[in-house]
Amino acid sequence: MSDDIILRIVGKFLIPLVVVFALYVQFHGEYGPGGGFQAGVILGAALILYRLLFGDAAARKAVSPRWLRLQAAVGVLLYGGTGVAGILLQGQFLEYNVLLTDPINGQHLGIILIELGVLLTVSATITALAYTFSADSEEHLSDPQVDASSQSDQLRS
Amino acid sequence: MDSQLYNYWLVILLMMTGLYALIARGNLIRKIIGLNIFQVSVFMLYISAGFIREGAAPILSPNVDVYSNPLPHVLILTAIVVSVATTALGLALVIRIKAAFGSIDDDTLSYSSGDSATELSIKTQKSSQ
Amino acid sequence: MISEVIDVALLAMLWIISLQVIFTRSELTAIMVFGAFSLICAGLFLAMGAADVAFTEAAVGAGVSTLLMLNALRRCGTDRCNSSRRGVIDIRALALTGVTGAALIWGTRDLPGVGLADNPVHLHVAPRYLQASFDEIGIPNVVTSVLASYRGFDTFGEVVVVFTAGLGVWLILGSGKRNDGKADEDE
Repeated sequence: MSDDIILRIVGKFLIPLVVVFALYVQFHGEYGPGGGFQAGVILGAALILYRLLFGDAAARKAVSPRWLRLQAAVGVLLYGGTGVAGILLQGQFLEYNVLLTDPINGQHLGIILIELGVLLTVSATITALAYTFSADSEEHLSDPQVDASSQSDQLRS
Repeated sequence: MDSQLYNYWLVILLMMTGLYALIARGNLIRKIIGLNIFQVSVFMLYISAGFIREGAAPILSPNVDVYSNPLPHVLILTAIVVSVATTALGLALVIRIKAAFGSIDDDTLSYSSGDSATELSIKTQKSSQ
Repeated sequence: MISEVIDVALLAMLWIISLQVIFTRSELTAIMVFGAFSLICAGLFLAMGAADVAFTEAAVGAGVSTLLMLNALRRCGTDRCNSSRRGVIDIRALALTGVTGAALIWGTRDLPGVGLADNPVHLHVAPRYLQASFDEIGIPNVVTSVLASYRGFDTFGEVVVVFTAGLGVWLILGSGKRNDGKADEDE
């Protein structure tokens, strides 16, 4: 029990730091090593740590799987939307020069938007993978005997 | 010139170790670990090809002349993320196989005597009880 | 000279570690050894000047992949390798990997040496990206500018691959525990 308390207190201290570090890696990916993928994995690791320390129910209340599905899809949409915005402004797909009046500022805006999309999708997918793999039982998977026999009957007929 | 190819040879040795773990050993999870070792050594091969001995990391700074080639880095970044996606899907399938057939061992799963899926799952559940 | 020695020594150490994956009997040991393998590979990537790749490999290989494998091991309930051929080397697999390895090593004889600045791979389009990146895009990290702008379409495909993997795992395994026959959270 005492180990549990130590872990929880240290976790409460460290998890916000990990989230801030993920955001730092995300926004400084243009000036040093980093970028969307690394930041997404670190953010996912923070949420996984929370789930490990405080249990499945608390983690689901904090970040629910429905929200994760939505976030992953929004990330891909953001990326594709930036590309389509290039087409709508009389450029090509994923051309950032036309997004703003100055091409260099347009490149900056385009890169920020797509890295944000990458962060959303990667963090949501990594956290959802950990939720799914860490589920306690396989009761929700169907009965194997019934499944196998029905499938083989269908194959034979 | 030969002495500068040792990197490639050692990386190929690592690749073959991963390949052996993938095709020889009996457990499905061990095979996925072997696949991951194979993938990481392929990444090492590409990064070795893009390496310049006196070069720095490809982050532009005022007092550096020679940079390592950035293109293999970009390719390998994509490949690393694809490898984790593949590993996740493969492990999900392994869990499903375990739930459906009761075993993830290679010898038990191979249809050597012509068993159908139903008979195989009945056999493994009987042998585990 | 020193850096060559370090590279070769680290790679040899990696090989000795990876042999443990083949010869150990416990699955847990194999997964832990794989975590150590990934981390040393991240160090090697950094020694070869690939900072972004080292970052990603350390986070993904030693972090996420190891976590997923441990969870899969827990759900499959296998601790010992149950294969009936324990401790025996598979001769066919060994022959196949030996032939493949020999063919690959014979193929590397045409490659130029590692680390030379005038290799053909460094002279094609990489100098153009390195020189024009600051003028056309204006950010110092060339890997990010190539990844996000010059080769942005490939990165789009990569994000879709990650999303598809999440989608596939949701479809295969379901999104978590169901409570006593109540429907899952989405429907």
